[in-house]
Amino acid sequence: MIDQIEQLRNSAEAAVTACSTVADLEEQRVKWLGRKAELPNLLRGIRELPADQRGPAGQAANQARTSIEALIDSRTSELAAAEMLLNLATDSVDPTLPGDPQPVPGRLHLLTQTRREIEDVFLGLGYAIAEGPEVESVAFNFDALNHHPTHPARSRTDTFYVDSETLLRTHTSPVQIRSMIDQPPPIRVIAPGRVYRRDDDATHTPQFHQIEGLAVDEGLSLADLKGTLLAFAKAIFGSDREIRLRPHFFPFTEPSVEIDVSCFACEGGKSGAGERCNVCRGAGWIEILGAGMVDPNVFAYVGDHQPAYADRDLQGFAFGLGVERIAMLKHSVPDLRLLYTNDLRFLRQFG
Amino acid sequence: MRVPLSLLRSFCDPELSTDEIASVLALSGTEVERITELGVGGVENFVVGNVVELIAHPDADRLRVCTVDVGDGTNRTIVCGAANVAEGQFVAVALPGAVVANGMKIKLSKLRGVKSEGMICSEEELGLGSSSDGILELDPTEGPAGRPLGEVLTLQETVLELEITPNRPDCLGVWGVARELHAATGAALSAAPWDDDLGSVGSLDGLVVDLDAGCGCSRFTARIYEGIDPTVPTPRAIKAHLIAAGMRSVSAVVDITNYAMLVTGEPMHAFDLDRIAGGTLKVRGSNPGEVVEALDGTSYELNDSDVVIADADGPTSIAGVMGGARSEVSDATTRVALEAAVWNGPGIHATSVRLGLRSEASTRFEKGLAPVMAGRAQAFASKLFELIFACAPNPGTIDIGQGEGDSEPIQLDPAKASSLLGIEVEASSAATTLSRLGCVVEQAGPLLHVVPPPERLDLGRAVDLVEEIARIDGLDRIPSTLPPSATGAASLSDAQRIRRRIEDTLAGLGLFEIAGWSFDSPRIADRLLLTESDPRRSAVIIENPMSAEESLLRTTLLGSLLDAAAHNSSHGIKRLGFFEIGSVYIPASSQSAATEPPRIAGLLSGPSRLPTWRDSEPPSADVHSGVGVLAGLLDTLRVDWSVIASESPEPFLHPGRAAEVLVNGLTAGWIGDLHPQISDSVGVESACVFELDLAKIAEAVPAIQHYQAVSGQPAVLQDLAVIVPRAVSSGEVVRIALESGGEVLESVELFDVYASPELGEDVVSIALRLTFRAEDRTLTEEDASAARALIVNQLNLELGATARV
Ligand SMILES: [Zn+2]
Repeated sequence: MIDQIEQLRNSAEAAVTACSTVADLEEQRVKWLGRKAELPNLLRGIRELPADQRGPAGQAANQARTSIEALIDSRTSELAAAEMLLNLATDSVDPTLPGDPQPVPGRLHLLTQTRREIEDVFLGLGYAIAEGPEVESVAFNFDALNHHPTHPARSRTDTFYVDSETLLRTHTSPVQIRSMIDQPPPIRVIAPGRVYRRDDDATHTPQFHQIEGLAVDEGLSLADLKGTLLAFAKAIFGSDREIRLRPHFFPFTEPSVEIDVSCFACEGGKSGAGERCNVCRGAGWIEILGAGMVDPNVFAYVGDHQPAYADRDLQGFAFGLGVERIAMLKHSVPDLRLLYTNDLRFLRQFG
Repeated sequence: MRVPLSLLRSFCDPELSTDEIASVLALSGTEVERITELGVGGVENFVVGNVVELIAHPDADRLRVCTVDVGDGTNRTIVCGAANVAEGQFVAVALPGAVVANGMKIKLSKLRGVKSEGMICSEEELGLGSSSDGILELDPTEGPAGRPLGEVLTLQETVLELEITPNRPDCLGVWGVARELHAATGAALSAAPWDDDLGSVGSLDGLVVDLDAGCGCSRFTARIYEGIDPTVPTPRAIKAHLIAAGMRSVSAVVDITNYAMLVTGEPMHAFDLDRIAGGTLKVRGSNPGEVVEALDGTSYELNDSDVVIADADGPTSIAGVMGGARSEVSDATTRVALEAAVWNGPGIHATSVRLGLRSEASTRFEKGLAPVMAGRAQAFASKLFELIFACAPNPGTIDIGQGEGDSEPIQLDPAKASSLLGIEVEASSAATTLSRLGCVVEQAGPLLHVVPPPERLDLGRAVDLVEEIARIDGLDRIPSTLPPSATGAASLSDAQRIRRRIEDTLAGLGLFEIAGWSFDSPRIADRLLLTESDPRRSAVIIENPMSAEESLLRTTLLGSLLDAAAHNSSHGIKRLGFFEIGSVYIPASSQSAATEPPRIAGLLSGPSRLPTWRDSEPPSADVHSGVGVLAGLLDTLRVDWSVIASESPEPFLHPGRAAEVLVNGLTAGWIGDLHPQISDSVGVESACVFELDLAKIAEAVPAIQHYQAVSGQPAVLQDLAVIVPRAVSSGEVVRIALESGGEVLESVELFDVYASPELGEDVVSIALRLTFRAEDRTLTEEDASAARALIVNQLNLELGATARV
């Protein structure tokens, strides 16, 4: 019996060794180890053997089965690896073909990008963002902001009117008034939005965007205004920037100033090659916004609507800047109209 | 305003360079827009010459050959074409190397065979006038020959073009600018040119002036000069300053009025007294339709908001804007009535704009001049009449209206000034600054009592004086301080944060943000095929638009998107994806004039994806692409949303490809393919558009997410295909499935839509993947099948659907 087992084992191992594919090996596995194969049959026959032969015969049969199984397994993994190598060699593509495009991202408009940049600076300085209507009352747009009844900006050649008491706001400054009437001091607020003036030429569009700022408290000074706008200028145009104040006139601030930022494209008006800088036109300074200390007449108007402002020694500052101007300066956009043409070849470049 | 620098320096000369003066002015509040150099070049080559001999040119009738002594010992031969050249004359000679005012460079030359060693100059060639008829004759006292011409004539001038802010009409005269320069630099200021008036107050014979109250004239003054010799020329220095300031030299009388205006800022008008009909001037509002022929030779039709100065024959001047032709001074005028008045600024502005007639006078008056300036101009003009014509004014001055009353002193507290500026303001230095500006200052304890000069109508309050101190003492001295935050941390509001998220998401989904115009055309309603009753036809209308095409405010963002699509498709760009977030403007009946709800709108056109080698012809963007974008947006925001087929599609949409967008079950906007008629007009083959109400979306965004336990139970997936009539929308099928599957139904996903003749006419098969899960147990296939059967039953009940086996 043991010889028989040994013979089977030799034949099986020879057959397995001769196999050249994984499929053949599976055949051999069924042939030698399957339910109807000889080795299991022999094992079943062991029960009929005399008791003293059962042990050695069973042991030999089990050893033979383990050995054949191990051989089949090891040959299977050898052949499988070889077959995979063969398959991989024939399965090739051109990886230099263009990849599958992901959805092509769109862009925010340059005005949105710029507005957010500015908003973020003032959020960091503790200013909330307020909004107000574009179709505004004459009272809030002009009267409250200390415009003389005959101020030329009120004229129908300068301002769009809806009726005698209603206009398209000419600045975001009425949001100052609305903010103060809504809440007692102290106030720190900026107001971005669309404004409208009857101008249409190379440097003016009848619609543009402003950001108004307002801070009201006791004891706020022109020095505080300067420090605040210096922080703004550094954040937007670079940490090396300086600012300078020039006296100016606005009806609703006193003193009023214009703010220049030192040119970011040159040194003192001269470019690297010693030529006149064309960003600041050789001045070394660029006008970026108007500002000033809130005129007492503005507080007086607000005080009539919100007692928290009446008869108090409040001081505040306000400023207003053009989003288009900042965007054009910072991104070298030569023509205001480009911002409103919505040409994809322009839109793709920003945001 | 154009300021000749030499005139400015004659009043106040800080001995600084032109650029330094410009900088001082700019940093104290007078912006210098431009600096222009006028006049000749190579000034050292201009000399006084004496014509010693004159002979005819041998080959040219009109040319003469002059021998000119130019003082260097050798006479020059100069060929000259002027008729008025004569022997013995002193003339202006440009020698080789000189550049005359029109830019021509003088060289040795030959004229018709005769050498010419220079040029004898006309007024025009020297930049001193418009006369080129003949050469400029010098007086023998201006010799001798060889004297540098620059000692005799103003050959070069620097002009500062200033932008005067509307609060400072006192700086519309050179004297006012000189005082600014004095205040900012401390350099000496000469006496005011109107000091020591040669005229007198009191009644004036020979002219009656009648001023209607309420016609916007705050002061009207007049003086009379008689015995004027109209042939007397304007002194060259005055002429040169007028030309440099951008005015023409006309006649001595007119030049006096303009020069007085240049110096004082107050416009004047000279009437020929003999041409004032009836010897009476009436200042009154004009009658509608009244016509005035102005000095420029044009006739202007007035209306009842203008003001005229009339004589017995009717209006002779448009007040404050331009004098009339009928009474203007001429080369025969010997008697002059000189008027200086102050008019209501906005009224003059309105008249000037309406007539399209802007003059040196109107641009000054519209700023609102102080009444005191009229008297100053009269006083300075009297000096000029004396200087030029040796003619004193007749006794008396007509002076009607507001006088030069004393103003109350303003109390200035230096401590308050310090607090406002953030820098220590000392009383004594503040007093010095204000005095230099012409204020009368008295110290009263810690306070200053300040009386501003009468022409400074802008100085009425202490804060106005603080501004003067700040700008004159130098804003560069103000330190930079950051105030402590008084309002705590700032952050975006929820609505602002959501708006940014929407912008970012739409851009991330491949759309480009546009900036549209708020203005729209009245034709937009018809262009969008809106019905007569469509509320979007009712827009906020602008009374004075830039043009009819921009005369109302948009009631939908669609017009802006169509404009962007049209622009880009006309440039051959086929694949378009745009969005805009902006307000529309809805007229309101009550309190406020309009409501301005923000909207989100988008447009997709052309290939829905970029073509690739795997997918060379991707489908065109249509409503399904648009719904995909909405899903990308609204799912990002975690908004509960759906689309349902529109029962009454928007008129500008393809009726079979339009849907309503619901948020939390309520209408929040629309989506669909553009009506072909509209896509044609824009020049695109087709496009999907949508518009959503931003507020409704923002409200539906859940504020905060709370943790939900992740289920450990496995899901059971089953597919279900149902056959439904074609008219049934898939959204309806999904909704009913979700509602009828019971608690164990977790989600329903549509993964196939299929129609074929074998299925039958007018039906489609919709395949759903159902996911079942129970929180508390492992679901069996039997549990899931039971739930699935409920769905099938309900779909059958509501839609007549049958399950495919
Ligand atoms: Zn520069």
